Amino acid sequence: MSALWVAIVAVTLASAAIKAAGPILVGGRELPPRVNAVIALLAPALLAALVVTETFGDDNGHLVLDERALGVGVAAVALALRAPVLLAVALAALVTALARLFG
Amino acid sequence: MRNEAERGGGGYLAGVRAGLPFALVTGVVAISFGVLARSLGWGILAPIVFSVITFSASAQFAVAAVLGAGGGVFAAIAAAVLLNARFLPMGVAVAPFLKGGPLRRALEGQAIVDPSWALANRGGGRFDREFMIGATVPQFAAWVVGTVVGVLADDVVGDVERLGLDVIFPAFFLALLVVELRSGGKRAIAAAAIAAALAAALVPFAPPGVPMLAACVAALLGLRGRPS
Repeated sequence: MSALWVAIVAVTLASAAIKAAGPILVGGRELPPRVNAVIALLAPALLAALVVTETFGDDNGHLVLDERALGVGVAAVALALRAPVLLAVALAALVTALARLFG
Repeated sequence: MRNEAERGGGGYLAGVRAGLPFALVTGVVAISFGVLARSLGWGILAPIVFSVITFSASAQFAVAAVLGAGGGVFAAIAAAVLLNARFLPMGVAVAPFLKGGPLRRALEGQAIVDPSWALANRGGGRFDREFMIGATVPQFAAWVVGTVVGVLADDVVGDVERLGLDVIFPAFFLALLVVELRSGGKRAIAAAAIAAALAAALVPFAPPGVPMLAACVAALLGLRGRPS
């Protein structure tokens, strides 16, 4: 099996296990409040890291400031003004595309 | 555990309707994944199978990013697993509202994707099971169809960046983050800020995925003080 297929199968199994773990292990059970507090903060932490790496990271492991930052910045302003998610995302793509066209 | 309030048959349908706009975005992202996969020489079958059985944009893009940059299989798998680690806390959160025995709960847990999970959040730690499952259905369909379109439309390579489609993802994650920050209070904001700083600091030095692992450390803020 090629490296790609190994990755596909392994990621599928791991992803399914991750999604199944909570529902199976927790069921209706209560977790200690401190554990819950840590778990609750995983989502904002991971999302923030995703935004940073996908906005400022390039393929070569450098931090760069390019048209993506402009697009995501416009999305941030739109979201701050309570724009719908789809509008904010569409604006990000539009601004990034225009910046690349005229930049 | 069947004492949760039963919703009418409209629960799934309402979820499907709520998921439709996200399915549009998912479809566009799926097309860009298909195009990217094809440009990496993955052929036609592998990207489509990948989308059908994994159904995870972040994990699939992570594998493409690592393998495409010449990284190893283990690094690719690790990056994808680290990215999808967020489904663990999401699964824990919805667990009390799923139905049946362990197997059925495990299957229902597969419906967890970011938009559906966020849409089904009813506040106060409550989740709408039917709404979440319903919202995932059109997104799954769009993910698979979009991948097929992207893989077959291999002559549009380059258009993903020209059309600015590569920022759909960070913009969408930002939107989800904003929802988290508005509901999560000061500690969520602090955790996000620390995670963002850690990720930015590590991008130049660490392989893909590691900045995500470091970001998880920020969640340990939850150990401090009074649990919310």
